[in-house]
Amino acid sequence: MPEGQFKDGIAGGRLPTDQYAENFSDLHPPLDHHEALVESDRCYFCYDAPCMNACPTSIDIPLFIRQISTGNPIGSAKTIFDQNILGGMCARVCPTETLCEEVCVREVAEGKPVQIGRLQRYATDVAMAEHKQFYPRAESTGKSVAVVGAGPAGLAAAHRLARHGHEVTILEARPKAGGLNEYGIAAYKSIDNFAQAEVDYVTGIGGIDIQNGKALGRDYQLSDLIRNYDAVFLGMGLGGVNALRAEGEDADGVTNAVEFIAELRQASDLASLPVGRRVVVIGGGMTAIDAAVQSKLLGAEEVTICYRRGQEHMNASEFEQDLAAANGVTIRHWLQPRRVIAENGRVSGIELEYTAMNGDKLAGTGERLTLVADQVFKAIGQSFVPAALNGSGASIELEAGRIKVDAEGRTSLANVWAGGDCIFGGDDLTVSAVAQGRDAAESINRSLTQG
Amino acid sequence: MADIRNNFVGIKSPNPFWLASAPPTDKAYNVIRAFKAGWGGVVWKTLGEEGPPVVNVNGPRYGAIWGADRRLLGLNNIELITDRDLQVNLREIKQVKKDWPDRAIVVSLMVPCVEESWKAILPVVEETEADGIELNFGCPHGMSERGMGAAVGQVPEYIEMVVRWCKANTRMPVITKLTPNITDVRKPARAALAGGTDAVSLINTINSITGVDLDSFAPQPTIDGKGSHGGYCGPAVKPIAMNMVAEIARDPETHGLPISGIGGITTWRDAAEFMALGAGNVQVCTAAMTYGFKIVQEMIAGLENWMDEKGHASLDDIVGRATPNVTDWQYLNLNYVAKAHIDQDACIKCGRCHIACEDTSHQAITNMVDGKRHFEVIETECVGCNLCVNVCPVENCITMEPLAAGVMDQRTGKPVSPVYANWTTHPNNPMAKVAAE
Repeated sequence: MPEGQFKDGIAGGRLPTDQYAENFSDLHPPLDHHEALVESDRCYFCYDAPCMNACPTSIDIPLFIRQISTGNPIGSAKTIFDQNILGGMCARVCPTETLCEEVCVREVAEGKPVQIGRLQRYATDVAMAEHKQFYPRAESTGKSVAVVGAGPAGLAAAHRLARHGHEVTILEARPKAGGLNEYGIAAYKSIDNFAQAEVDYVTGIGGIDIQNGKALGRDYQLSDLIRNYDAVFLGMGLGGVNALRAEGEDADGVTNAVEFIAELRQASDLASLPVGRRVVVIGGGMTAIDAAVQSKLLGAEEVTICYRRGQEHMNASEFEQDLAAANGVTIRHWLQPRRVIAENGRVSGIELEYTAMNGDKLAGTGERLTLVADQVFKAIGQSFVPAALNGSGASIELEAGRIKVDAEGRTSLANVWAGGDCIFGGDDLTVSAVAQGRDAAESINRSLTQG
Repeated sequence: MADIRNNFVGIKSPNPFWLASAPPTDKAYNVIRAFKAGWGGVVWKTLGEEGPPVVNVNGPRYGAIWGADRRLLGLNNIELITDRDLQVNLREIKQVKKDWPDRAIVVSLMVPCVEESWKAILPVVEETEADGIELNFGCPHGMSERGMGAAVGQVPEYIEMVVRWCKANTRMPVITKLTPNITDVRKPARAALAGGTDAVSLINTINSITGVDLDSFAPQPTIDGKGSHGGYCGPAVKPIAMNMVAEIARDPETHGLPISGIGGITTWRDAAEFMALGAGNVQVCTAAMTYGFKIVQEMIAGLENWMDEKGHASLDDIVGRATPNVTDWQYLNLNYVAKAHIDQDACIKCGRCHIACEDTSHQAITNMVDGKRHFEVIETECVGCNLCVNVCPVENCITMEPLAAGVMDQRTGKPVSPVYANWTTHPNNPMAKVAAE
């Protein structure tokens, strides 16, 4: 029986032990001091800068880069945190290639944007290493706010509320705070336990109490929060995973990509983490890429992403697609899953059907393809689970299955705001969740102080 | 192939690139390396009079300013004249000249301002068969406190006096090196000419402090917590040097006086610009101190290629060609009208032209047109100041386009006059010269 990489089935220990650390090292290593100065000098300090307008949190990018160039990384970090208290994580996980760096005038001019993300990381790393807290809390208002979910939206909301002098309680279902920053991001994008360091940095302002293991609908009800707090912010993200809608998807070896990613992030020993020899990932977004690339890095011999539309429709950015390709992942398009093939209850392959656009509708062509697989990851999107709202969910207005909010983040319920992935109109980006949490907090503050 | 052989006041060298009197020409070892690399000549680092050697500080002698990637832009030094024994220097000069007869060796000198001192040193230098001497009237630090260097260069009467002593006591050509630390460089140049100098060389270094350590609050370079002004050189001083060269070249009193151009020359282009303004050759220091002697290869090839491309056969074809075009403001044509033009295909939409114009100039560039970021010159407001061209990061994206005679200037509402007219005849000038009846 072959061992290591060529061992059939789902198994750990596919690579030499020391290979794992190298495979999961920092995707974008930090800029050193001199590199940061040189890179910051490339910024033209544009007027009405396109990068700034492209940033969902509207960070004053030209200013923070200029502050780096003048040897003032602490000032730079404050410029970043003023708009985005999770600027450290966003520097690591933002798809900058489709946000600020895509519209950088140097990208337009020479195809080589200023490395805004890495510069942002440089500045925020300096400030966080010095435990620099920029924001004193306002005098206590005596008001309390409950925040559901300690992900990016909840943390951003909590920080802003604490700044304004409110007492914040975050109720988090998982054992750790951070949400997708902790559980949902490829390990090589956020090394050295950064998500927890950032939670500590954010809560360092004081006045934020995080209670872990408290799930909405299980341990408490929304009505409890409305009764016991002056305001409520819902930032619980998406609890459900879309099904393949393919026959036999209950077979062993069919896994939710988000669970795999979470398990990998929490694993203390990557070598013991099992992965298939031949892995098929169904989906076309960041989650699909993260699962596929990490499968490869764990030693899977063959990893194939199957996406039901064309390359140009993929949610994963071009950079992410290139990253997958560079790691030996094959991306196949115009294929939808039809049947999971199992032997003795375990996945042995997957049957897919070719698709094509029929007018503006996607349809199967009837042609089928079978791929050998001993592990299949589902990465075709997540969904909001309103059941957790437990009855009161019915009274919160939803739109397309997610919570409906107005421009300030107010839900249809009085004194209840929402933001992040659980609201309608979000774009499933950390940075957008931060913006929504921050802006909802401002709205809550106005409501609590003017009320 | 263009002929770049140089004849400067009778001193011949295979090319016009000399190393200036400075650390690179301190001793035979360096000078031989320079000649091997291709330098046309050197001005040997300044010799002083016989006696106990000069002492230098033992801490930092240099300070600098840099661009973002530590590209050296300006250098400052507080080193004094040679601290080597006079006789050793003289022996080495003689040997190197003997071994390298086709290269120019000029010896820089600085001795006290008394005739006996000059009478003592000139014959021993002559004995080396060096090609000429350069009088160091420029060093702004240290020696000037002892009445030499810039202390002489700042007093035209002293310059004239010392030059006269030298001309009277040597057959060697005399090049007088001028300090820029004065208000009007024409005065010392005229004095040198009056004393009989064969040429002037300029500029020497500029009084400077390159930085302040904000922890110790000490100027840089810092010697045991203190600093002294040094002499500034390198690319940053080039514009200042070029103006001074041009001032002497076009001064009716010194017009035709040979000039050896010095100040931030780093590339063939810098050299060509100095020569176009009237320098008969050039001297280089900081660029060699930054990159080593090999840079002369780029200078030689670059100058030749440019001359070939433009059809200039020899250096005589380029020296002083720009001098007649340097004039006083009052003679500039006030009827010439240019407007900025932005090439929309080249524009990368950084908006710097807009904000520079909007905040600090004439509000003549748009930033938003039909709800889109769009940068375009508003001709009714544009005074043609060129600031947008200077701040634009894209070469040739913004250009200044002259308006042809007869075309309406939308800012003034008047057609462009075909007639040359300057301030001297302008109606707003109370001193305007009235045309003769």
